[in-house]
Amino acid sequence: MKTFLILGAGTAGTMIARKMAGKLDSHDWKVILVDKDEKHYYQPGFLFIPFGWYKAEDVIKTKQEFIPGNIEFILSDIEMIEPAANKVKLTKDNREIAYDYLVIATGASIHPEETEGLQGAGWHKNIFDFYTYEGAAALHSFLDKWEGGRLVMNVVENPIKCPVAPLEFLFLADDYFTRKGIRNKVELVYATPLTGAFTKPKSARALGDILASKNILMETEFNTGEVDSGKNILRSFDEREIPYDLLISIPTNKGADVIGRSGLGDALNFVPTDKFTLQSKDWPNIWVMGDATNIPASKAGAVAHFELEFVVENILAHMAGKNLPGGFDGHASCYIESGFGKAVLIDFSYDVEPLPGKYPLPGIGPFSLLKQTTINHWGKLFFRYMYWYMMMKGIDVPLPSAFSLAGKEQ
Amino acid sequence: MATKTIAGKTVQVNDEGFMTNPAEWTKEIAIEMAREEGIESLTDAHWKVIDYARQSAASSGASPTLRTITTGSGVSTKDLFALFPKGPAKKVAKIAGLGKPEGCV
Ligand SMILES: Cc1cc2nc3c(=O)[nH]c(=O)nc-3n(C[C@H](O)[C@H](O)[C@H](O)COP(=O)(O)OP(=O)(O)OC[C@H]3O[C@@H](n4cnc5c(N)ncnc54)[C@H](O)[C@@H]3O)c2cc1C
Repeated sequence: MKTFLILGAGTAGTMIARKMAGKLDSHDWKVILVDKDEKHYYQPGFLFIPFGWYKAEDVIKTKQEFIPGNIEFILSDIEMIEPAANKVKLTKDNREIAYDYLVIATGASIHPEETEGLQGAGWHKNIFDFYTYEGAAALHSFLDKWEGGRLVMNVVENPIKCPVAPLEFLFLADDYFTRKGIRNKVELVYATPLTGAFTKPKSARALGDILASKNILMETEFNTGEVDSGKNILRSFDEREIPYDLLISIPTNKGADVIGRSGLGDALNFVPTDKFTLQSKDWPNIWVMGDATNIPASKAGAVAHFELEFVVENILAHMAGKNLPGGFDGHASCYIESGFGKAVLIDFSYDVEPLPGKYPLPGIGPFSLLKQTTINHWGKLFFRYMYWYMMMKGIDVPLPSAFSLAGKEQ
Repeated sequence: MATKTIAGKTVQVNDEGFMTNPAEWTKEIAIEMAREEGIESLTDAHWKVIDYARQSAASSGASPTLRTITTGSGVSTKDLFALFPKGPAKKVAKIAGLGKPEGCV
């Protein structure tokens, strides 16, 4: 009996476990999935929690619901990965699992302790994150009673999961405070280490225009050095200061600690990974998927989903002793909520920046790229159903995995 | 591909002025590039970072990120910003004759 082991049962791990369990002959292979947390979070929904538009039950379910009987699920923390011995040590019962193939899908999480003062006296008092359910829920209670002031959104350093989420938060905050009738009492500021609203020129301009149209101020090339929660001041490494009444922080994002402990990661515990095959750069029987990789693609659920087909193809080719076909092109698709019932969609790859046009059907859409439309907003809301009832249930989503230029205006 | 003549040598650069062939780099180029980035003279502390970045890029094939530099060279982030103001990772890559760091997406 051979073992196909998957670490992490989030977005990527759940999808690949289901897929491989369906492909591998159960007489020869055992598929094992390990995660330390019995809850499965729909993280894109965390964006709506602070505004009270989603509740806990919209974003939290049990992992068990999405793991079919042909997969052995183990609830345990992972102590160590030992690639030279093809072995993983779990904390629960000191169990050791020998594997033939390993997929690392342990994701990324926030590390506020990396920034001086961020977790000081103000943490979860007037400083919040919304990248965890707890942070988003605490922020909801705060916003409920807040009467206004200066709200500063700060990205500490890149890369972060869902790089558009901070923008979406600001757009929705503008909407939320307007509806509450206190928008004139709230100043919205975006402090980012980037030189503009986004990385690539066309989308940076389009998104920058939306920020300006909503009267959201931008402080660019701001590299956060420390938070002074006594004085409510955010300070950059080059000594610029931004005072705040409410600080919403996207702390440093890092891969799982166990990656670092096992000597498998870079400076941020992301695993060096081939960007076309998703194979580990160091270990031929290890694949890496989703946020855990160091590939230059967005850390997004949609990206993990587009990776799936290629990961399966490459692993099966490797098992059959064939050359790896590669194929993953960095395809990412992100709905960006822009407030007042509209959203913008961006669709891009390693080589092509987000462009205007229609998606997925050229000329037809129904979604419009780099433009605010109501249909895009419905797309964003529909994504939650697609996530829980299709992607996590192993039902193929009718969207091509490969990036296409068709329908895009250059 | 564009070229640029700097410190008496013609080298290949991309549209943002990053050298595309690290082998064409010389210390004189670094000094000149640093001036263009507003750094008047390169001190030992600057060179420590530049040397580290060249080494790191030679072994990994990619320009080091800010974090790779601080972890690997032992220079603190604060000092790094003092040495290479505003965007240290980008400036170091440029001065060290390395490609633009594959940024965040
Ligand atoms: C606020 C927010 C908004 C977002 N919006 C969007 C969006 O609109 N669209 C989009 O596509 N994406 C969005 N994302 C990103 C998306 O949620 C992630 O990219 C996606 O979940 C990544 O999947 P993953 O499987 O790599 O990681 P995860 O889904 O995070 O799963 C990792 C799993 O590994 C487990 N794990 C980690 N360490 C260990 C250990 N030591 N032992 C055992 N188990 C371990 C964790 O418990 C977790 O279950 C958003 C994210 C956030 C935070």
